[in-house]
Amino acid sequence: MKAKVILKVATKSILKSRLRSLLTALGIIIGVAAVVVMVAIGDGAQLKVEQQIASLGTNLIIITPGASNTGGVRGGAGTFNRFTFDDVDKITTQSTLAKAVSPVVMARAQVIGGIGNWFTMVQGVSPDYLDIREWPLESGEFFTERDVTSRNKVCVLGTDVVKNLFPNEDPIGQTIRIRSVPFKVIGVLTSKGQSSVGTSNDDVILAPSRTVLDRLAGGKFISSIQVSAQSSEKIPATIEELKGIMREAHKLTQGEADDFTIRDQSDITEAATETSRVLTILLASVAGVSLVVGGIGIMNIMLVSVTERTREIGIRLSIGARSSDILIQFLTEAIVLSLTGGIIGVLLSFLITYLLNHYTDQAAYIKPQVIMIAFGFAGAIGIFFGFYPARKAAGLNPIDALRYE
Amino acid sequence: MENIIINTKDLTKTYKVGDIDVPALKHVNLSIKQGEFVAIMGASGSGKSTLMNLLGCLDMPTSGEYFLDGHNTSKMSKNEYADIRNQKIGFVFQGFNLLPRTTALENVELPLMYDRVDKIKDQHKQAIEALKRVGLGDRMHHIPSQLSGGQQQRVAIARALVNEPAMILADEPTGNLDSRTSVEVFNLFQKLNEEGITVVMVTHERDFASFAKRIVEMRDGRVIKDYFIKDRLNAEEELKRIEAEATIEE
Repeated sequence: MKAKVILKVATKSILKSRLRSLLTALGIIIGVAAVVVMVAIGDGAQLKVEQQIASLGTNLIIITPGASNTGGVRGGAGTFNRFTFDDVDKITTQSTLAKAVSPVVMARAQVIGGIGNWFTMVQGVSPDYLDIREWPLESGEFFTERDVTSRNKVCVLGTDVVKNLFPNEDPIGQTIRIRSVPFKVIGVLTSKGQSSVGTSNDDVILAPSRTVLDRLAGGKFISSIQVSAQSSEKIPATIEELKGIMREAHKLTQGEADDFTIRDQSDITEAATETSRVLTILLASVAGVSLVVGGIGIMNIMLVSVTERTREIGIRLSIGARSSDILIQFLTEAIVLSLTGGIIGVLLSFLITYLLNHYTDQAAYIKPQVIMIAFGFAGAIGIFFGFYPARKAAGLNPIDALRYE
Repeated sequence: MENIIINTKDLTKTYKVGDIDVPALKHVNLSIKQGEFVAIMGASGSGKSTLMNLLGCLDMPTSGEYFLDGHNTSKMSKNEYADIRNQKIGFVFQGFNLLPRTTALENVELPLMYDRVDKIKDQHKQAIEALKRVGLGDRMHHIPSQLSGGQQQRVAIARALVNEPAMILADEPTGNLDSRTSVEVFNLFQKLNEEGITVVMVTHERDFASFAKRIVEMRDGRVIKDYFIKDRLNAEEELKRIEAEATIEE
């Protein structure tokens, strides 16, 4: 039989029992739509994570105290070091590859000023910090090296803090009290949005590092040192150099483990993308199960259909159809059903991702190759689950099939 | 020389039921020429259905040979069997066996779909011609459930004709029809036979067998009588008689 005729016959018998065909295809429709939407959600999340990591600032290297493999392995409890300004100074003076260096001193504090009070994060940093984070000011100015060394009580506000304390007036030139210590507001940061862990980047006050350490962090040490490399290619070399400087500064002998951890964005990116990749795989495999269930549905209906149409098969055989003609006819029916289901499923997934993107904050993004894979999978399921019933139909004896009631 | 369509030599069929051999057909020798109208008769269990299946190439004999239109079918593969059914035989069944929810025309076109040698060039036209030949030119787009029993059987006959087979094999063609409609169907068979088409049918009603030219009687898997009918019934005259009777009764 010619391909055109085969397709015509298959389409006709599918259309002859519309409701049943629709119900059969429904399994594939839901399966394909689920796979595409789930993967789209995973990809959307991955894209979002990548954007958030980019918002951290490019070429960022973060040095934190403590080794990455903390725990019982390193028996020396109390060797857990925090950084001092000596460490920062050594990096600043000795490193040839670092473009900018800033300590970060963290303090959480109640802030009074403007229309009321607000609990927020105060970060003590150096003037280089805005360069490292690629974070421009919206208005005013940033503090200088002089402000740091002379421990001046000046600060720059994030937009969330401005919103909560100075909703109606310009905060620049105003004085706020951080834990009763008066600070003069000299600038406002631009909005940076949500961080990768879901907190706001803008709920922050930046102040000179030494001021924060002395006045607010009360004896605490520097919680991290942030360095920016000259370019992304130089990140590995910069990390090596920083490691050497830090080991020397901490007087670590050979064989002794690092008491600090240096991470760059690729670590964070990797960790985050790995997480969302695992999420994608998880979602896709759950959805894949429903696709397989849909395939079994097709097999079930095709088997019923073979029994129900035994007489039709007998007629076809008696007027000269070969077994292979019957096999191809039933196989084509299964494939047409599942591919049609695949097309409808993909269209449905477009609709669902459109609704997700417009009415929720869940980002979903359909990659073209996902559609191809889902589509190919639907076709493969048609062949796989259609083959057994088709072979059963083709194996019928014409006499028995004609006599079948 | 007349063309021999069917020629069987010691055709035997034995069914195996468990360990027991059940002979259904024993050494049947039968020869049917082109243009004959043969009725195969016999009680149930006489082996006439088995003979039909073998003549129709639906089943293979246990032993013996069967020549159909010059082809020895004994050594054929399953696919060749399918092809010979398509090319040489037109089936008409007791239960019509039309595809439901499929128009008369599509039903008639069905055998042409499996025509591998493209014997018929214009398939659509051929199907329409076949339907006109059985007098259903105005019912081409009706589905079986919209047709009467007699009309359905005529669609089946058109389907049997469409591939220009060597013969028409009819298995109890009027078993599901009332007597008047049966006579109409035999009228059609007689007309087709006069046009030169070979017809072989199985029936158990002697009245209807008389529409044929020759009767082959079977019992216990053997041919017991094989003779030509002298006072053959003419279906057209029968129809006129039935109509006349109906008028008198009114």
